[in-house]
Amino acid sequence: MSLVFAGVCSHAPGITGRAHMADPDDKATFHAAFDEMRVALEATKPDALIVIAAEHFANFFMDNMPAYCMGMGQEYHGPIEDPDWLGIARTTIPGNPDLSQRIIQTVQQDVDLAYAEEWKFDHGISVPLNFLTPRYDLDIIPVNINCQGPPLTPLHRAWKFGEALRKACDAVPERIAIVGTGGISHWPATPDSGKINVAWDKAFLDEWQANDKDAMLRYTDAETLRDAGQGGFEIRTFIAVSGATAGSTAKVHYYRPIPIFAVGCTVGIVEL
Amino acid sequence: MSLYYTQKLLYNLNRDPALQAAYLADKDSVLKNYTLDEEELAALKKPDIGMLYILGVNGQILMHYAAMCGYAWPEYIQAMRDGLAKHGNVRAGIYATTDGKGAI
Repeated sequence: MSLVFAGVCSHAPGITGRAHMADPDDKATFHAAFDEMRVALEATKPDALIVIAAEHFANFFMDNMPAYCMGMGQEYHGPIEDPDWLGIARTTIPGNPDLSQRIIQTVQQDVDLAYAEEWKFDHGISVPLNFLTPRYDLDIIPVNINCQGPPLTPLHRAWKFGEALRKACDAVPERIAIVGTGGISHWPATPDSGKINVAWDKAFLDEWQANDKDAMLRYTDAETLRDAGQGGFEIRTFIAVSGATAGSTAKVHYYRPIPIFAVGCTVGIVEL
Repeated sequence: MSLYYTQKLLYNLNRDPALQAAYLADKDSVLKNYTLDEEELAALKKPDIGMLYILGVNGQILMHYAAMCGYAWPEYIQAMRDGLAKHGNVRAGIYATTDGKGAI
């Protein structure tokens, strides 16, 4: 078949773990935006959902850090965090190793991609799934782009990875959905937690909506660290989605800076 | 300075409930397996979350160690701010502060 759905969303642990500390309108409107994304996703009747995430040392560490890794497991487990801390109960999430293997083999024609048959989801995947597949009844294929332990993959490679992923999706008969999940500007888990550069976020999201490759690839890591914090490195997940949907514009359905969630909370859907 | 092994210990603790239990019961029995200097050992054993932050432990690892040690989120943020006030900015890594104020 091909790609039937593509979008992006936030994944910060505060979205669920500190929901009780948020302004009620912030919580209600953002959670509603997630619900609308779930309805849009379900309407495309996907056979599997590829989640392009930026994990936070749940599976990968600096002893052997892949730039790109895709799950090839029969099932996955998460969240790795304390369920009370994250506000999400631990569960088992279905995978699809046969589909993963076919996608991996095609992606590897263009991008060197590691694989993992075992994967513990952290908030980077568990928070989006909590809203998008709350019954855990859709096959999930996790992807990680290293956005935590420099040196990081260049932005143009994240775009290239997205392009390779699209080729792989087009080559399988299944209906594939892709969701990229990361922060835009944020300084998570630091004394700056809650700081959000709204102007930077809006400029980047405008570029993301326009599928403006040149604009999105012009950021240097030094500029991103200065203007958008450590969390800004996660734009690689948004750029990968743009690479997978090159030529298609997108729409940001929700953006609001919510300091207690420590990120500009975002839901966006590509107009395929 | 053995920031790598300090972070590796916290990474392993975050992933392994059995190791967490062993660590909480007898920290030395776990710490002896890692190459750590005196400053790191002291910060881990106290625990001094602010000092671990100053040493350069990535916040994505440190926040879980803080939670494991019983820190609520505001206490975790405050511990890092206290560390900044006492010891100055982060010595290594990418989790240095900009102004230490944040929004919460």
